[in-house]
Amino acid sequence: MTTMTETTQVYRVYIKAPPQTVWDAITKPEWTQRYGYGGVADFDLRPGGRALARKGPSMAAFPDVPDVLIDGEVLESDPPNRLVHTWRVAMDEAMLQEGFTRVTYELTETDPGVTKLTVVHDLEGAPSVADLVAGGQEAQGAGGGWPWILSDLKSLLESGSTLAGR
Amino acid sequence: MSDDDRVFKALADPTRRFLLDRLFVRDGRTLTELESELEMTRFGVMKHLKVLEEANLVVARRSGREKLHYLNPVPIRLIHDRWIDKYTERRVSALADLKTQLESA
Repeated sequence: MTTMTETTQVYRVYIKAPPQTVWDAITKPEWTQRYGYGGVADFDLRPGGRALARKGPSMAAFPDVPDVLIDGEVLESDPPNRLVHTWRVAMDEAMLQEGFTRVTYELTETDPGVTKLTVVHDLEGAPSVADLVAGGQEAQGAGGGWPWILSDLKSLLESGSTLAGR
Repeated sequence: MSDDDRVFKALADPTRRFLLDRLFVRDGRTLTELESELEMTRFGVMKHLKVLEEANLVVARRSGREKLHYLNPVPIRLIHDRWIDKYTERRVSALADLKTQLESA
């Protein structure tokens, strides 16, 4: 119990968009390239299906980055309400060694056209990954983790453009 | 009240900032754990947590029989991105303008 509470991160954002739109923005490559790290989502949305983020145009300046940035497997998919998948950093050897973590997305329509999006990231045994996804390595140019991704996602869906103007 | 108003109101109180500080050190705590660190009644701590939850700065989740409280930094990030990034952009474009001026001189 103690381990669980200390290695789980929970993030929540309210977005003025219906759950189906938010679901698409999480799972479809044409959306995921446009906010946050700009990875290209590659999901096979059924239990056991792949859950990948591939290198996108935003990373063209980094030729050493491998094609698959994040790998994992879908555990549950109930569109547009709930998605659970394993999640491993495949692009960095040290973080790869920390193994698979687990990400849960919960989408709830709180008012017509407003989605409450909760992201729960279970990070047992993955301290470097936990630091990365909390935004702890932003000063080193590693992006601001979940708070940054979710802020950028909200900006994209509500205003049609992200903070970087993508 | 707007979302931003709720965030600023929630942060404008030392007890609520203290609760966020405790969650920052160690996330996912019960009311009982948080209450043990404050000279305040359980009801008082509950009231403060409710204000933090309404501002979306704390997310409470059930785990078995317990209700665990997590620090949610997203609303603070939204405030950061709304203002700070704009200033950064302006600084960046000012530097770009300076470069253009110097190079064309």
